[in-house]
Formats: sequence, C-alpha cells, structure tokens
Amino acid sequence: MNSSVINISIRFIVLVFLQVTVFDNIHFLGFITPYPYIVFILLYPLNINRNLLLLLSFLLGMTLDIFNNSGGVHTTACITLAFMRQSLLKMSFGYSYEYHMFKIPDKFSSELLTYFVSGVLIHHSVLIVLELLNFELVGEMLLRILGSSIFTILLFFLLTGWTKSYKR
Amino acid sequence: MQQIIFFISRNSTKLLFLLLLLISLFLTVQTHSFHRSKALHSANFVSGTIYEQANNLTEYLRLKDENQILAEENARLKQILYNSEIIVDSNFQINPALRIAEDYKLLQTKIIRNSYHRKDNYLTIRGGEAQGIQKDMGVINSKGVVGIVENVSINYATVQSILNKHTKISAKVRNTNHFGTITWNGKNTGFVQLIDIPKLVQLHKGDSIVTGGISTIFPENIPIGTVDEVFESQNSNFYTISVRLFNDMTSIGSVYLIENINIREINQLEQETMDNLR
Repeated sequence: MNSSVINISIRFIVLVFLQVTVFDNIHFLGFITPYPYIVFILLYPLNINRNLLLLLSFLLGMTLDIFNNSGGVHTTACITLAFMRQSLLKMSFGYSYEYHMFKIPDKFSSELLTYFVSGVLIHHSVLIVLELLNFELVGEMLLRILGSSIFTILLFFLLTGWTKSYKR
Repeated sequence: MQQIIFFISRNSTKLLFLLLLLISLFLTVQTHSFHRSKALHSANFVSGTIYEQANNLTEYLRLKDENQILAEENARLKQILYNSEIIVDSNFQINPALRIAEDYKLLQTKIIRNSYHRKDNYLTIRGGEAQGIQKDMGVINSKGVVGIVENVSINYATVQSILNKHTKISAKVRNTNHFGTITWNGKNTGFVQLIDIPKLVQLHKGDSIVTGGISTIFPENIPIGTVDEVFESQNSNFYTISVRLFNDMTSIGSVYLIENINIREINQLEQETMDNLR
C-alpha cells in the first residue's frame, strides 16, 4: 500500500509541476498547448477504487485551475475523463482487460494508441469547449482541440518511451 | 430504506461523478460571469512560490531588454524633470512654489506569471497585502496600461489583464473629452477595442488613446494605444475602434501599481449619493 501511495503522490506532484512550469508556457503557433498531465488519470493503476480515482482527478483538475486562474475547466475535463476511463479501457482492450492484470504501458500497440487518442480527445474537447464557451468560435475550437491533442499524444509516447528505455 | 442504500452503494461512482460535475460546472460558470472575485485564483502561497522560482530562472533571458526599457523611460522622465521647474536642487528638493497633488501613490513590482493566450487572462505579480497592494489598484508599465488588481493574498496578487473579456477600462481620445470603454474581443494580443465613442468625433489613424479621468483606478492620460481601424455600424451611433496597444503584452516584466489615495472617500461619497436617491 505504502509504495503505491508514495508513487502516486510523486507522480501527481511531478506532473502538476511540469505542467504549470513548462507545458503551460508552450503556445505552438500561438494557440496549441499540450496537457500531458492527464497521463496521471490514463495510467492510474487498474485495480484501484473508481471513486478514489474520481476524487483524485477532481483534486488534480482543481490544482491546475488554481494555477491557471481558469475557474473549473480543468476540473470538469479531468473528472469526465476519469468517469469515462472504464468504458475507454473496455473499448480499446476488450471486455477482458480486468482479468489480464497487465500494466498499461507494457508495450506499444494499436490498443494502447486507441486508448490514449480517445482519452486525450475527450479531455481536450471538454477543456477547450468550456474554456471558450462561445459557439461563434467553432473553427478555433476545433483547431485547438486537434492541435493540442496531437501535441499531447506525441509527448505521451516520448515520455513513455523514455521511461521504458530508462528502466532497462 | 434498504433499497435506497442499495441503490446508492451500487451507483456510488455515478452519483459521485454527478456531484463533482455539478461543483466543477458551478466553478466554470462562475468564471464566465462578471464578478469572479470568489473564484479560485493563483494568488496563494504554493502557486505564487512556484511561479516566482520559475520566473527567477527565466527572468535573466529578458534582463537586457528590460534594462533598456527602464533606461529609456528614465531618460524620458529626466528630460521632463529638467525642462520643467519642479525640482530646485540636486537632492530632488521640490520647488516650494509649486503645489504638487498627492492623489496617487506608486508601488513597483514584477510579473511572475504572464498569460495571454486565453480569452480571460490573469497575470500573477510578486507582492500582496504585506506590501500594501489592494484590490482594484491600476497596473501599468513604462509603455501603458497592463491591467487591474483582482485578488490579493499575503505575498502575491493576481491582475486582470487588459487582454481579458471582462475588463472594462474607461478611455478617451487624447486631447478631446470623448470618453469610451476599452474591451477585448479575445482575438489578437496586439489589439483591443474601444467602444462607445460617438460618431461625431473626428478620428484619424494613429490618434492616441489614453485613460479617461472618470475612473477611480487610473489617473488621466496614461497611454493605451493608437487608433488602427475604425468600424462603423449602420444601426448604432457609436464607433467601434480597433486600438493597437503600445505594450507588447506577450513580454512584460516590471510593472507599477497605482493607488488612488482618495478612493475610499470617493466610493463612500458615491454610496451616500446612491442611498439618498432611494
């Protein structure tokens, strides 16, 4: 219990820290910002209580909202993703994912890609739609969702690839 | 009763999600309304410290430009000082024959976190209650208006940037008495919009837009920008003017805070007047 609690806390703090100091300052082409902190929700251990995950995601989103002065947009996006995670897992890995007891970033596969892409799209869509909250800007909304999602996914694979090679 | 408990325990995740969703949507909607001072903000110990440390690292990259800007401002102010007869000796002794009003007090601080890519931008500055910073103080730098102080903690404060859809700053065309309001449409960080200027005013491209004297936040004649384009609408008697900002809001460091000494008296007077009307 202890090692996983410490592990999760460290992950939480490191991801929030990197997000607010590094990634929030990236505005590629003026409007594309990556949000790789949601790797916390996507790679959260599979065998742990869903209610706890929801509460932790709420805390994660709220921390980012406080840093960004953005009200509740990160919070809403994070809990939506956390709530839909189980369905996404089922959709990408099939119904039997619960019995395999695998660790998510074990290997690069089309299933993992589906999981990441759908998760990132859900989170970023909620985040950016709520942030703009103005339907005159549909074009900008779609561009930002698409741009940020691609950027985040690329960062995911860079980060997971890096941790894998580091472990060897 | 048992069935209710069973229902709750079976659907606990869904119920928890709905509860959290309600809270977060409430927080979101609150940000989009005009008065948001109760919302979550980054003027607190943890985020303030982190932003300050991060800013300490990146500050050096801008130091040269920042020095240049401050030196230019100093030269400009000294030129005014020596050409006027305000001071009488080298100790900056003020000419006793002049009466200098003491309506405004200036404090100096720096921005530790700049934001400009969103629709509602807030800056975080070093300095809070302990340094005498209060809500609704005006924030300017050497080139012009930056924003208005929104939330204050002990050592940090957040500033509602001029690039914020909720910001409304009273402004006028320089050397006239035609007042309007500065707003931002959320599109370009180099331009703000001046609305409510009547159509009978003669405007030219390049005319300076400065703060108007009717606000209690900013003194009169602080520069904002220049007229870039004027839009006329058939069904309104007012112009919408696109104003090119003097400031590059994407790179600002050192700022000044303006405190209006009389603000309490003015507010009290206005309040009494309103009360008498009822």
